[in-house]
Amino acid sequence: MNFIEARRLVHEYIRRDEEGNVESIQTALDHVDLDIEPGKFVAVLGHNGSGKSTFAKHLNVLLTPTEGTLWVDGKDAADEENLWEIRKNAGMVFQNPDNQIIASVVEEDVGFGPENIGVPTPEILKRVDQSLKSVGMSEYRTHSPNKLSGGQKQRVAIAGVMAMEPKCIVLDEPTAMLDPNGRREVLSAVQRLNEEKGVTIILITHYMEEVVDADQVFVMDQGKVVMEGTPREIFSQVETLKQYRLDVPQITLLADELRKAGLAVPKGILTRQELVDVLCRLY
Amino acid sequence: MSIILDHVNYVYSAGTAYEKHALKDISLKIEDGQFIGIIGHTGSGKSTLIQHLNGLIRATSGAIYYNGEDIYDKGYPLQKLRGKVGLVFQYPEHQLFETTIFKDVCFGPKNQGLSQNEAELKAFEALRAVGLSERLWYQSPFDLSGGQKRRVAIAGVLAMKPEVLILDEPTAGLDPKGRDEILDQVVRMHRELHITVILVSHSMEDVANYVGRLIVMNRGQVMFDGVPREVFAHYQELEAVGLSAPQVTYLMHDLRRRGLSVDESATTLEEAKASILRALQVGSK
Repeated sequence: MNFIEARRLVHEYIRRDEEGNVESIQTALDHVDLDIEPGKFVAVLGHNGSGKSTFAKHLNVLLTPTEGTLWVDGKDAADEENLWEIRKNAGMVFQNPDNQIIASVVEEDVGFGPENIGVPTPEILKRVDQSLKSVGMSEYRTHSPNKLSGGQKQRVAIAGVMAMEPKCIVLDEPTAMLDPNGRREVLSAVQRLNEEKGVTIILITHYMEEVVDADQVFVMDQGKVVMEGTPREIFSQVETLKQYRLDVPQITLLADELRKAGLAVPKGILTRQELVDVLCRLY
Repeated sequence: MSIILDHVNYVYSAGTAYEKHALKDISLKIEDGQFIGIIGHTGSGKSTLIQHLNGLIRATSGAIYYNGEDIYDKGYPLQKLRGKVGLVFQYPEHQLFETTIFKDVCFGPKNQGLSQNEAELKAFEALRAVGLSERLWYQSPFDLSGGQKRRVAIAGVLAMKPEVLILDEPTAGLDPKGRDEILDQVVRMHRELHITVILVSHSMEDVANYVGRLIVMNRGQVMFDGVPREVFAHYQELEAVGLSAPQVTYLMHDLRRRGLSVDESATTLEEAKASILRALQVGSK
């Protein structure tokens, strides 16, 4: 069974004037069909305003479909009875770490979610332990979040989601505000959760390099899924991606340029290692 | 015409438990018309440094000279300095507030004491300079896309006619095309308006592509200061402080290690491409 299943999913932002008359309708999701299997690492790409975040917000019912259906872990997201179950199973991490951290001590922040749903205290402590460990932040347990770097704050936010023991984590541009080191920290923490705990990861990002190791990539444009495939399949279509205001990793772009210059470099090179191997063979 | 920082120190919350020496003995000269990049991990002092340049933060010790005048002198018009050194903060679109884009951009010059007509003229020029389509000018800024909002915010600073434009991570959160558009626009403004540009960035690729001089901050000090290819040659030291070199620079080092005689100091795609093609031609002969 698919963990996420969207069928002809539509979302419209409707603006009304003071009398309640419709002023404008903006279709943010336009008949999206999309399946995500449990345990996968999935990336969603798309330019600003392409509908990525609107889609993400459906996954834990911050928004509900205008039309169509969305099943999360087999539950219909339009049914209010499923709301809390879905939110528990699909945690979200947003772009700005400062907007997500509420407590004055790291461990209290991580324990906030389970405490809120009435998990008994010994169990909360256990979950806080495990969650902090899984993102490599155990030694900061009793620190103030204010003093942490951006990457550390973001990992605390992820630990807070992990403490809810979700089956899936949706990350909406989690690295946009981080320095290179912070980006590496967050990404490797997420990859570890996927590999070791089998958590389904849905990563929305503008950094093409972060997508290279994903199992599956979706590209969105004007509220539709316009491309779908493995990173290699997607990134071998340099020109198409550019039309959608996207890019490819710098290494892929260089490989493409070298191929255009007449070198026998195959399409869809993703990593430095691959390009080094290819070029050394030509030498 | 220049900005000179002479042994500038800044200490946050001096005398408390939270005391932090954010800038340590910084001496820099920023010449007129340069295009400078500043990189450094979170907390390295980048933001504190740029806020000194327009007098938002006053140094604990040391001096700053703008065009030869000490900005800490009694009677120095700091208000005017802030017009001359325009600072675009991170996520500047959060500071938009007016009902139309045009009014929002007029706010800065009007605040400088210009008449309505003069302010409108400045706003007109600024919106032109950031390349925002004229048919959008009288709409609400809140209906724009992320990249467009950011242009409006940059125009708001440009309308004050700065001689120096400082941008703190102007591309954070933008899609790749939006990133290129903003940076290309900044390059154009640098060239056409003859202003000094200081770009704070977390993208090593961007600074490698765009700036002529790169300053690396670490623990409140200047760690490196030079042209990008010199600075990125220290890629191992950069990694040790949470930074990195552009992807292509790593590739060139890998190729070199495998025996290909490529130029290790390449930092942009164009340089890497040229060097690889050259090395392979020589090799096959």
